[in-house]
Amino acid sequence: MIGLTHYLTVAAILFTVGVLGIFLNRRNVILMLMAIELILLAVNINLVAFSAYLGDLTGQVLAMFVLTVAAAEAAIGLAILVIFFRRRGSIAVDDVNRMRG
Amino acid sequence: MIAAIAFYLFATLTIASAVAVIFARNPVHSVLWLILSFFNAAGLMLLMGAEFIAMLVVIVYVGAVAVLFLFVVMMLDIDFAQLRSGFTRNLPFGIIIAMILLAEIVVAAMGWKAGPALSGRAIPATNQPNIVALGQLLYSRYLFAFEIAGLILLVAMVGAIVLTHRSRGDLRTPKVSRQIARRPDEAIRNMDPGVGEGMKL
Repeated sequence: MIGLTHYLTVAAILFTVGVLGIFLNRRNVILMLMAIELILLAVNINLVAFSAYLGDLTGQVLAMFVLTVAAAEAAIGLAILVIFFRRRGSIAVDDVNRMRG
Repeated sequence: MIAAIAFYLFATLTIASAVAVIFARNPVHSVLWLILSFFNAAGLMLLMGAEFIAMLVVIVYVGAVAVLFLFVVMMLDIDFAQLRSGFTRNLPFGIIIAMILLAEIVVAAMGWKAGPALSGRAIPATNQPNIVALGQLLYSRYLFAFEIAGLILLVAMVGAIVLTHRSRGDLRTPKVSRQIARRPDEAIRNMDPGVGEGMKL
């Protein structure tokens, strides 16, 4: 029987994969943003799993808010990425410390 | 039985495509794997009975966020091979960190017990659909948070437009104020005078 622990394990693995993605692609901002999306997806799975387990819909409401914030974060992050690329011609994060002001 | 098969199918595909996202050489492939991962996570949420959140994941993540990623990846002319230079150097350290993190989370998840404090405020199960119950909760108890969420989206939209908008000097845009201030007697007219009649100025 599939219980809460199964879903928690899936979310844990997904979260870890996301953190690993941030570690591995330290220079590529686009892949870092995608890894953050994976992490937020893992959080959402956790929230929905607990909501279903406890019979309390608050978890699903919170999952909706997480979804909202994830969408806003992706839009702003990609906008910053676009203007950074226009300025410098690359998206290597190592160059960010050269920005002044 | 069929629920277990569906769970393992969705879970395996979710994790496998998440791994493919971070290991893919081509970022466009990364985005496509991300879309597959989102679809399977939506399947997992369907199995848990959260239909509305599942549809929301498909609409928001796949329909908006993933397409935005795809758009940016394809629009910017980036040398991705050069960006991968630190990949293998970071690999052992990253794997170690990830394993430690996973072990910690799994230990915490296994040792977890639902106490009375957690399950005490449970909303009694009703036979109304998921989306109806969610809507009643969202528009009554969480109305303020819901409005704040809308405000966050508005701020994000305005911020993205302000950040990426630029006024270009090399474009010939119409000068609206001059067009409005234009009077008939200074306008150029197309005349067709007869032979020898001349023009009246």
